[in-house]
Amino acid sequence: MDPRLSVIDRRLDKIENIIAVSGGKGGIGKSIVAAASALVLAEKGRMVGLLDLDFCGPCAHIILGTDNLYPEEEKGIVPPKVNGISFMSIISFTDGCPWALRGSEVSNAITELLAITQWGTLDYLFVDMPPGLGDPALDAIRLIKRMKYLLVATPSKVALDVMKKELQVLKELNMKIMGILENMKRKESEPLSGKLEALEVPFLGSLDYDPYLEEAVGNVPELLKTGFAQQLQEAIEKFI
Amino acid sequence: MHEWALAEAVIVAAHQEAEKQNIKQITKVLVKIGELQQIDLDIFKFALENIKNIYDDLSFDADVIDLEVEPSLLKCKVCGIEWELRDLTRLKEDESEAIHFIPETAHVFMRCPGCGTPDFEIVKGRGVWIQSIEGVL
Repeated sequence: MDPRLSVIDRRLDKIENIIAVSGGKGGIGKSIVAAASALVLAEKGRMVGLLDLDFCGPCAHIILGTDNLYPEEEKGIVPPKVNGISFMSIISFTDGCPWALRGSEVSNAITELLAITQWGTLDYLFVDMPPGLGDPALDAIRLIKRMKYLLVATPSKVALDVMKKELQVLKELNMKIMGILENMKRKESEPLSGKLEALEVPFLGSLDYDPYLEEAVGNVPELLKTGFAQQLQEAIEKFI
Repeated sequence: MHEWALAEAVIVAAHQEAEKQNIKQITKVLVKIGELQQIDLDIFKFALENIKNIYDDLSFDADVIDLEVEPSLLKCKVCGIEWELRDLTRLKEDESEAIHFIPETAHVFMRCPGCGTPDFEIVKGRGVWIQSIEGVL
């Protein structure tokens, strides 16, 4: 019997909202939407956490501009604070090295991290989800029961198709869907909102492609000044 | 101490399992401690005793919990060779500590001694596991 499963709910029970930022495809901006959402809400005085669950390609720490993180030990491990956010990433344990890992061991590592992390009281925990619907995504659904999904899509036909498939699975599993946020919208692209009507899921808004965003990655004050962050803030005010 | 979180998991899981099996009084819980996780047994026992005092509705004392260390066994997915943690002596302190927290980080710091791949399986001795629970119905 795996005893860790008996305490995961307890570790999360003082968190008001758990929001999975997902979308199926890699490269659509899940991590930057998750990290920037956490930063925006933390700046407004909310208690916010960010969990990077993309174990084989963690990058939320790069967006936050930190790589020297080590959690404190206190009846488990307490996430370090980064720019006012309680931040947990596997990079605290991998010393910046690559981590080649098979599915069953990803499951074990996710279970371990959730069982030993003491988040405490939070208004919001954003979970930066890995791409795809493999073991990590299914484990997150199995283990983090109160998760609501914020799905990110781009104008790309490929990304939209993958997101729709994820949405179909999430609906089958009766997961709560907050809605779909369009990222990297270009002026010439056809409005995504029109393509989503049949999905019967709220459209949460569009974030324009921001050519200055890449320069601001790793510099939180600059990141929060970008057009991307300002549009995200406006969108968040509508759905959070 | 990180052991506290795992000790709490053992106490809560044993209690839940006893309820499921209609066990009124637990008389023995056998807990396997994987060698790979390098749990400090004294700290773990100390945590078990202290956590037991927090939960006042438990049907057992911490001293019915037996701890048994399970040796690690790692097996290469590529060349099939098997080895144990103790066969490797070159882990640094921070690498051991990372494996202590998340045993799967062994794939970051260890390589198959036969072919050098990180693609190996942790067959035995990973972490904390409840092997069996005995009690009075």
